[in-house]
Amino acid sequence: MKTRASRPDTAPVAIQLTGVSKHFGPVKANRSIDLSVRQGSIHGLLGENGAGKSTLMKILFGMMRPDAGRIEIGGEDVTLRSVADALAHGIGMVQQHFSLIGKLTVAENLILGRANSGFAARWLQKLDLESAGRRAEELSERLGFGIDPFARCDTLSVGARQKVEILKALWGGATTLVLDEPTAALSPPDAEELYALLKTLQQDGTTIVLISHKLPEIMRLCDRVTVLRDGAVVGEAEIPRAYNAPAEKQALEAQLVRLMIGRNRPEVPSRSSHIWPTVLSVRNLSDGERFGPIDLDVCGGEILAVVGVEGNGQGQLIELLMGLKKAASGSITLEEANITRKTTLQRFQCGMAHIPEDRHGLAVADRMSVIDNASIAFVDGAPFAPTPFWLSRQKRARFAAGVIRRYRVRAASVEAPVTSLSGGNQQKLVVGRELARAPRLMIAAQPTRGLDIGSAAAVHEALIGLRDRGGAVLLLSLDLTEVFSIADRIVVFRQGRIVGETSTADADLDRIGSWMSGIDEETQK
Amino acid sequence: MSSLLTISLVISALHLALPILMPMLGGLISERSGVLNIGLEGMMLIGAFSAVLVTYFTGDPWLGLIGALASGVFSGSALALMTVTLRGDQVVSCAAINLIGAGLTAALIPVIWGVDGLTPSVEKIPVVRVPLLADLPNVGRLFSSLSLVDYACFALVFLVWWVMFRTDAGLRIRACGESAESADAAGIAVVRTRFFAVVASGVFGALGGAYLSIVTLDMFQASMTQGRGFLALAALVFGKWRVWPGALACIAFGFADAIALRAQILWRDIPHELLIALPYVLALLALATFVGRASGPADAGKPFKRA
Repeated sequence: MKTRASRPDTAPVAIQLTGVSKHFGPVKANRSIDLSVRQGSIHGLLGENGAGKSTLMKILFGMMRPDAGRIEIGGEDVTLRSVADALAHGIGMVQQHFSLIGKLTVAENLILGRANSGFAARWLQKLDLESAGRRAEELSERLGFGIDPFARCDTLSVGARQKVEILKALWGGATTLVLDEPTAALSPPDAEELYALLKTLQQDGTTIVLISHKLPEIMRLCDRVTVLRDGAVVGEAEIPRAYNAPAEKQALEAQLVRLMIGRNRPEVPSRSSHIWPTVLSVRNLSDGERFGPIDLDVCGGEILAVVGVEGNGQGQLIELLMGLKKAASGSITLEEANITRKTTLQRFQCGMAHIPEDRHGLAVADRMSVIDNASIAFVDGAPFAPTPFWLSRQKRARFAAGVIRRYRVRAASVEAPVTSLSGGNQQKLVVGRELARAPRLMIAAQPTRGLDIGSAAAVHEALIGLRDRGGAVLLLSLDLTEVFSIADRIVVFRQGRIVGETSTADADLDRIGSWMSGIDEETQK
Repeated sequence: MSSLLTISLVISALHLALPILMPMLGGLISERSGVLNIGLEGMMLIGAFSAVLVTYFTGDPWLGLIGALASGVFSGSALALMTVTLRGDQVVSCAAINLIGAGLTAALIPVIWGVDGLTPSVEKIPVVRVPLLADLPNVGRLFSSLSLVDYACFALVFLVWWVMFRTDAGLRIRACGESAESADAAGIAVVRTRFFAVVASGVFGALGGAYLSIVTLDMFQASMTQGRGFLALAALVFGKWRVWPGALACIAFGFADAIALRAQILWRDIPHELLIALPYVLALLALATFVGRASGPADAGKPFKRA
């Protein structure tokens, strides 16, 4: 059962971290971490949000200085003072958040900061963008990307940008590539492509460190995995390429989940038992551009999942439903009331709630306190005050405390700005706040994007709780695993229209995939 | 006679455009690196004053020019220290530079020369007569009424364009202005780059000021820049943070000024305040209508600090 001969355990160590520690104020992000990455392997770094994975890799990439500990690269003790140092030692990193500059072209982004010419040349010599472009073309061809090096980065799709990020990391001849949650923003087909690419890179001899909280990803790609929890290493395991029995794989997965979250994997919830009458009814809705016309019904006691490749009309659907965009034609009916012409505020008052996809843009005000963010949604101040002009601080604090308790939000202080909470806890706060409206219809847009298993389960539980009380939930998700585990019915969007519909019980992954990509129609034509 | 009028209009337009053009370049460098420089007006005043001060005591306008550039390094460093190193609010810091620039220069005139508002006249930067070209009919006058500083300014426009948009250094500066975090991740020293860019903008601002005091005129007058530092910022927006369109905007301002001055003499009935204001009113209308939504460097105005 041991690993393939091509990656012997005896391969030399590419990176060795010993006793690396880092703290931010009272928070210990890394506690004496030891990590050893073999040359030519794909090494997984598994852990929930806030486990210290990104901090550790930022230290390896020279973006942060550790408080203590040693870093060896290729058996040599190194001190990494800056990113430039790390690059010089052959380490390339793909950040979790895209680091490309939109207004610059691909080639400009690639050579940014890389030229090591003399002072005079840097200031006076013309940048050789042509040869950089040629090299980018060669490299992208070798890796199987079709990327135009002279395209502006903000015109590229998310998947293409991710590829440029990888090109950029490899540009300086990196022998070790660190990827921080590379599939967080990718749709399933793009992620597949990325997985294949990582395998190709590995065959070329590149050492890869993959940071992820997605277990399936780690199980598929990695040769070895290190699990972090609360800033410390809690376990390590070899991942075999072949298993003697399926049970062996399941046992390993279960063990990793236990290590990662410190308890067993949360149960997959039950299906809906009872369907109530229709809550939301959309007829012939169109934005007059590339969306619609569509018909859609969501019943009480039902979670309806809207799936599709990103950018196929899901965003417009939400904007139209929430009144953020004007409908060109059609009608929206909520509980028999026509809300097509109502403002967003009136829609909220009619019983809608919304968990936005863009948390920082739409859901929370970053610098305001936890109390403010918990109570911000109640514009007329209803639960807190006798009049809209006077809000009782005490009542708001009590309300915030209620949300925090009920949805197990981990917050050090309710007075602190909401950014002091981790992403998962911010999201739980948003979900709790929206549920506190007692909505008839909850629109949840990628509610668990970027969340760890524990927080995602809490969000799912909350949505299912609403469903079981007879509420309707419209779930937008790019994560099909999530859709299959909590949705009752699935509709597939492509190019602004509904191209398929199925109940989850009868759903077939291949069929949904072909709806999403439109292969169906093309073969028929 | 009419052709003479035209060429003299061009000359006076150039003289009026260059003190806007130089600070415009300074603003471009600074804003492209991510620091709003609304303090150009103050930097110009300090530069103009320093030029006259040094020229007065040394008798050499070239030393005066060097003195002005040195004052630009100083005021640029002061702003960079406040905004880049200490990460202070950029608008407030710039307002401080403007207030200090206007107040200090006006206050120092009576202290040094014992008169109010106006310094005695000093030596000017001399004009040069370009051999052969100056003998051409009509346009010849142009080549006998410009100084070396004028020619250097033209060269600077080209140089700034080349460095900012064709070289590695320029790419680094622009990257800092678009996304400081990305630039940092690419191994660029963001703080050092921005500091340099703000100092450079101070030098350009001071050069614009010195042009007014020892190239066009031969003395310093309190508040003599009359808002040209702000006009430079308007030109920067007009040109959408690019060198050539920005330079064109400055030249258009120069022509508008020159025409307004001329019109004052030709049509005495029209109140001259109105004529002087006209170019700016037109500029404002243009900015609000057909120039379109201008968006500057994305990270301009945001202090950078590593997480």
